[in-house]
Amino acid sequence: MSEEPLIRWDWIARNWANGSPTAISVLLENHVVTAFLPVLLGLIVAVPLGLACVRWRWLYQPTAALMNVTYSLPSLVLFSIFLSITGLTRSTVVIPLTFFALAILIPAVVDGLASVPDSVRQSAVAMGFRPARRLLLVELPVAVPVVLAGLRVATVSSISLVSVGALIGQGGLGNLFIDGWQRQFYTPIVVGIVLIVVLAVLADGLLVLAQRLLTPWSRARRTT
Amino acid sequence: MITFEGVTKRYRDGTVAVDDLSLEVPTGAITVFVGPSGCGKTTSLRMINRMIDATSGRIALDGQDVREIDPPTLRRGIGYVIQQAGLFPHRKIVDNVATVPYLLGWSRKKARARAMELLELVGLDASLASRYPFQLSGGQQQRVGVARALAADPPVLLMDEPFSAVDPIVRASLQDELLRLQSELRKTIVFVTHDIDEAVKLGDTVAVMRVGGRLAQMAGPATLLTEPADDFVREFLGRDRGIRRLSFISAKEVRLSPAPSALVIDEDGRPLGWRTGDGLAAYGTFNPETDSLRVALDAALLSPNGIAVAVDEAGRVRGVAGRDAIDELLAEHAPPAAGPFRDAGSPRAAGSPPAGSPPGGSGAGISEGVPT
Repeated sequence: MSEEPLIRWDWIARNWANGSPTAISVLLENHVVTAFLPVLLGLIVAVPLGLACVRWRWLYQPTAALMNVTYSLPSLVLFSIFLSITGLTRSTVVIPLTFFALAILIPAVVDGLASVPDSVRQSAVAMGFRPARRLLLVELPVAVPVVLAGLRVATVSSISLVSVGALIGQGGLGNLFIDGWQRQFYTPIVVGIVLIVVLAVLADGLLVLAQRLLTPWSRARRTT
Repeated sequence: MITFEGVTKRYRDGTVAVDDLSLEVPTGAITVFVGPSGCGKTTSLRMINRMIDATSGRIALDGQDVREIDPPTLRRGIGYVIQQAGLFPHRKIVDNVATVPYLLGWSRKKARARAMELLELVGLDASLASRYPFQLSGGQQQRVGVARALAADPPVLLMDEPFSAVDPIVRASLQDELLRLQSELRKTIVFVTHDIDEAVKLGDTVAVMRVGGRLAQMAGPATLLTEPADDFVREFLGRDRGIRRLSFISAKEVRLSPAPSALVIDEDGRPLGWRTGDGLAAYGTFNPETDSLRVALDAALLSPNGIAVAVDEAGRVRGVAGRDAIDELLAEHAPPAAGPFRDAGSPRAAGSPPAGSPPGGSGAGISEGVPT
């Protein structure tokens, strides 16, 4: 064991795409899907829920409390709860991760809408926007930078949390850690870590790029 | 014409923001609501376009009760300029200006063409059209705010402390610009401010409001300065009312004398200074065609010999006016006498009401006239 190198390149080459369900490329793909699905689902749920929390103020405190409690639960606990419902499927990982994403995204949507300056909202009313149009064309677009900031955190944390799903065989690249620990073989562990970090950096970079493209005006927030 | 008839706004906690307000805002003129914070001036403004609904009373726009009009429809027909400009940060300047035309369903092309016209009207370069609000200075943003309010050519313009967030120099130029625009457009403008100097400068009629949402006095600015209805108005107007009033008297009628030889003039006819024993002393000028008596008096005070130099548009000497000449005009325009032992707190009846002053508005002053 002592001569075991940190990385065996030939192992990577042999296991990148060898047709087996545990090939690195397959795990990578699984990881991407299992990480992004919760963020996507979270966003779809968080926008209307966030809007509801802004519309009915009393809703926000209980929602935020519930989400924070969920976030504080170890992911393992959530996995085991859903294991009894959804079994050894991807859903068992995706559903808890969606809750984690929600815990970040709902406050992001609420804060985003709160970040719309009062003068902007009032001038929209005074120009004659009706409520729905005002929300869609003024308030939500102006909230985008804050929502995107939350989306970055949710995405990166989701990418990292997927690995825990390896305990039920749904951990994407996390499966490489289990494989490595069990065999006292470092290469898969290093490969897993590196790929997850690369994935996180890449996803974050894409979101930053998206923010630049979507909100070329957002420097305004910092100057005013 | 906008009519307030016994308008009251009472909030659920019992606070009365506006108390039984009755006044008329004349068409095609600038009416300023001015008063300390808490006097209900902004609330009154916002009740016109129903951003706030009155608790009781009636506000009518050319005879029609605003409560009979669907709020968004009503608002699209009334321009609104807000304090911080309130531009949409995510929209380019041209699209900000075109907001109401878009809402009215104009085509993109037509709306943008209109927006470009307006940018020119408010004195902004066409190159700014494709910028975002954050790329503009505060003064430029406020101009865009005015352009946006005018985009659909509404007959009525509401301005809620539009110039209070910019520095004094920019504010003065925005005020001048507004007066220039108004001389072309003749909109019915309701302008809210807490700055009495701004009110006096811009208003054809000034409605002074006191805390608790009651009208203290409504009058033309010159009348307001000479005949404040009571102590509150007098205090709110501040010092130098007599001098400030001179801003409303044209210097056109000042009797000019030929320039004495002591005034050194260059070959183009422009003044260089007053000859003194060992050189040239400072001088003050005024243009009788465009300046007020206040400027003429100021010019006289700036010269060591008390003589103001009258110049034409090009700055060429047209004559001089000594303090005697200025005094003559001052005497002609002396405040109306109200009887013995009273200063400027004279009752309204002593002066003639200004052209646009509604009977209901000025009446508020009479009942509260304070003896001195």
